[in-house]
Amino acid sequence: MIRITRGKVYDPINGINGKELDIWVDGGKIVQVGDAPDLVAERIIDAEGCIVMPGGIDIHSHIAGGKVNLGRKLRPEDHRKDVVPRTETTRSGVGHSIPSTFVTGYRYAQMGYTMVMEAAMPPLTAKHTHEELHDIPIIDKGSYTLMGNNHFILKFIEKGEIEKVKSFISWLLKTTKGYTIKIVNPCGVESWKWGKNVENIDQQALDYAVTPRQLISILSQIADELGLPHSIHLHCNNIGVPGNYETTIESMKAAGTNRVHVTHAQFNSYGGKGWADIHSKAREVVEYVNEHSNVTFDAGQIVFGDTTTMTADGPWQYRLYLLSGNKWINADVEMETSAGIVPYTFRKKSLVNAVQWAIGLELMLLAEDPWRAFMTTDHPNGGPFTFYPQIIKLLMSRAAREEIIAQLPRRALERISLPQITREYSLYEIAIITRAAPSKLLGLHQKGHLGVGADADIAIYRENPDVEKVFSSVQYLLKDGEVVVENGIVLKSTSGRILYVDPGEEGDIEEYIREEFEKFYTVTLDGYGVPENYLERGECLSCG
Amino acid sequence: METISATCPFCGCLCDDIQIVVENGKVLEVKNGCSISKTLFTHHDPDDLVPQIEGKKTSLEEALDRATSIIRQARFPLVFGLSMTSCEAQRKAVELAEFIGGNIDSTSTFCHGPTTLAMQSVGEPTCTLGEIKNRADLVVFWGCNPVEAHPRHIARYSVSPKGLFNPAGRRGRTVVTVDVRATPTARVSDIFLQIQPHKDYEVFEVLRALLKGKDLRIDSVGGIPLDALKDLVNKMKSCKFGIILFGMGLTMTRGRHLNIEAAISLVRDLNQFTKFLIIPMRGHYNVTGADAVLTWQTGYPYALNFSRGYPQYNPGEFTTVDLLRRKEVDAALILASDPMASLPRQASSYLEEIPFVVLDCRKSYSASFATVFIPVAASGVSISGTAYRMDGVPVLLKRVLDSPHPTDEQVLDGILKRLRQR
Repeated sequence: MIRITRGKVYDPINGINGKELDIWVDGGKIVQVGDAPDLVAERIIDAEGCIVMPGGIDIHSHIAGGKVNLGRKLRPEDHRKDVVPRTETTRSGVGHSIPSTFVTGYRYAQMGYTMVMEAAMPPLTAKHTHEELHDIPIIDKGSYTLMGNNHFILKFIEKGEIEKVKSFISWLLKTTKGYTIKIVNPCGVESWKWGKNVENIDQQALDYAVTPRQLISILSQIADELGLPHSIHLHCNNIGVPGNYETTIESMKAAGTNRVHVTHAQFNSYGGKGWADIHSKAREVVEYVNEHSNVTFDAGQIVFGDTTTMTADGPWQYRLYLLSGNKWINADVEMETSAGIVPYTFRKKSLVNAVQWAIGLELMLLAEDPWRAFMTTDHPNGGPFTFYPQIIKLLMSRAAREEIIAQLPRRALERISLPQITREYSLYEIAIITRAAPSKLLGLHQKGHLGVGADADIAIYRENPDVEKVFSSVQYLLKDGEVVVENGIVLKSTSGRILYVDPGEEGDIEEYIREEFEKFYTVTLDGYGVPENYLERGECLSCG
Repeated sequence: METISATCPFCGCLCDDIQIVVENGKVLEVKNGCSISKTLFTHHDPDDLVPQIEGKKTSLEEALDRATSIIRQARFPLVFGLSMTSCEAQRKAVELAEFIGGNIDSTSTFCHGPTTLAMQSVGEPTCTLGEIKNRADLVVFWGCNPVEAHPRHIARYSVSPKGLFNPAGRRGRTVVTVDVRATPTARVSDIFLQIQPHKDYEVFEVLRALLKGKDLRIDSVGGIPLDALKDLVNKMKSCKFGIILFGMGLTMTRGRHLNIEAAISLVRDLNQFTKFLIIPMRGHYNVTGADAVLTWQTGYPYALNFSRGYPQYNPGEFTTVDLLRRKEVDAALILASDPMASLPRQASSYLEEIPFVVLDCRKSYSASFATVFIPVAASGVSISGTAYRMDGVPVLLKRVLDSPHPTDEQVLDGILKRLRQR
């Protein structure tokens, strides 16, 4: 039994806002909160001068799989500036924008995160994603399965066979050990297989009479009907394109009253007709979110500096290659999806980058309900996840924002509203957007809070006037009730859980698609999925 | 007699539709397999192999002890090979190399290492093999000969299969081969362009110039008439989906990574006109997995050194051929490859001067020179696991026959445990 005492506890799900409370941990769970005269602890962690929060949960990050690994392979120059030697307790590796697997786990843990969701898993290479997740220590993980451009889904929708879409999705989630439905540039990526794209959400895919609007509407409905713990996770059409905020709003409308999560909204909240007049439309996008409780979003905040952009949005990554002239990887996956990778440097002196930087913060600061707004960088697209402490500081301090705003091109200022926004997040709100709300969004009951029965994933940070310092490195991190990080040093490399869902509604869809599958895929259907033994600590969540 | 589903672990195609008929531990029949698959599955017979120290039979325990002492005494050891074993074993090999602060390298060092260098310089527009089957109407084989090296590639992935958007199969595709001689692949192609040896870079650059509409005042380049190249560029620009598949005819001839850079740049530029992609034809069945595992665990795909406690990557310095040729390493642990049969003589002859350990499922050429030889079970024959196809698609390896031998992973783990007991 461990007793954490004298720390200031921030636990929004249980309404605790900075109160000094004892937390008792045993058998990987929280067993008591507050005074407990009957309990005897073998270890007492004195958290005086510390903040105690549930472990952080990142709802959207590219940490594992074929695309991430191609990004790693592409960029030795990225790794060489950030090397990580092995220690008695940890493996070696590299960091910066695409850390090696071991380092990914350590660095999240060192920042107090205990769960991270891989944002884009192609079904055909799902085994690869899970092999890498296996090698990411400490943290719990899950993966969103890419479905927005899948042949069978598009074909069934085209034929109006919605029940088959539902069965197929149920089957695909179970087969790939996925967590929810990920949709990336619906129909556009399918058109990219011929080098094309869709321009708006009512344009059909090249080879299927299906529009993005239809697909969003149907899949969001299915996610709700299947009772998936998380909604559809939507990367909208027209990402990165000036004027795209209208597409974003239309995409949210397409989901009607179904749950929908709009990811890395910063990249989808641009006004203007071109790069010359790009400006912020964060206010318009957030207005829709504020008025519709079925909608959630994450920021996709950019960080000035060098990073590696990577998405399943093949046409966008090609466009970014044309814009930047940087090296370009494309990786189309038969029957289902694509991927692109381009290194990119966000510069303060760039007008466009300055506007992008402001939009991400505007979205977070204008969102009225912190339970529906999430802090991400769309790692590594906006910047590496290791910059989260910097973003927390920007959210909590107007002065910190003004310091950077003063360095932006003057022409950028008339295109953004950030300088006028006075809001500053409280620690309690930070605990909401990085812990409590992610847990709710993912439909988890044992995480994101410190109530009795919760998983003992607990981050203890040393207080400091500089909030960036606070969140850069934990004083202690408990994972499943074990102290795994102390004073920023990883003491123990444990293995985390893999969470996935099996909605159990697949019926006989596997046999129904077998013939067509084996005709057009290049692997057998029986060898397609992810066997249980790939998941060292797999945990299947119930749906409904 | 039983029929077992298997994945063929004998080339980078990793066909996973193989059916093997087994009786009394012997393979009777290999259904769907190519000539390579049939031969290697049928003649797999590792039972008479025993561990050896300096050519003398010994026990597994003694072999492990000796292997451990060789590695422990080494100041600059090399772990090499990795390409014919499962990812699970490759992971263990990285752990070992890291623990001993040694070098680790795969057979990429003498096959597609230059492809990696080119990719790191200009990127790589690529796809999975099913995209070729479903969409390609123009297929270009350059410096590779799949009919002999990847026998089912043509039937299963790239030339004859009927696809989702190519119902006509072979008739829906134009097939071009560029090579220095009329290979069997050239003979099944619609167009064969015979190129002079070592002229690939020039030809690619001329193609790129033609693509950009440049007027060239030459009649031919690399032995190929300019008109033929103009015709090829027009075909490339006007196809709906084109693909270049290339092999060691490009990576290991003069120009090496520059050849690949030129090829990738051409493909990249073609995307202004149509969809065009490129895939390297990887040979060893899990060399792609070795690239992948090393990359996710360390950030780099091959040519790695752990002397400083963290991974350092430097082809030319930490590549096996260079480490051996310069006589820098003082011991080697070799698994899942046969370097003495495939490395340049200048490099491989140095192995005879140092103690080295070989793990193999057969008595390879290298094994016959090894200080310590430890027979292991063959992944994909006697061991299940994961391997990566040449296009990066992970495929399950299956267990078909029992083996009396331990796995690569178990042997590496045995050595690692002994090293830790210090």
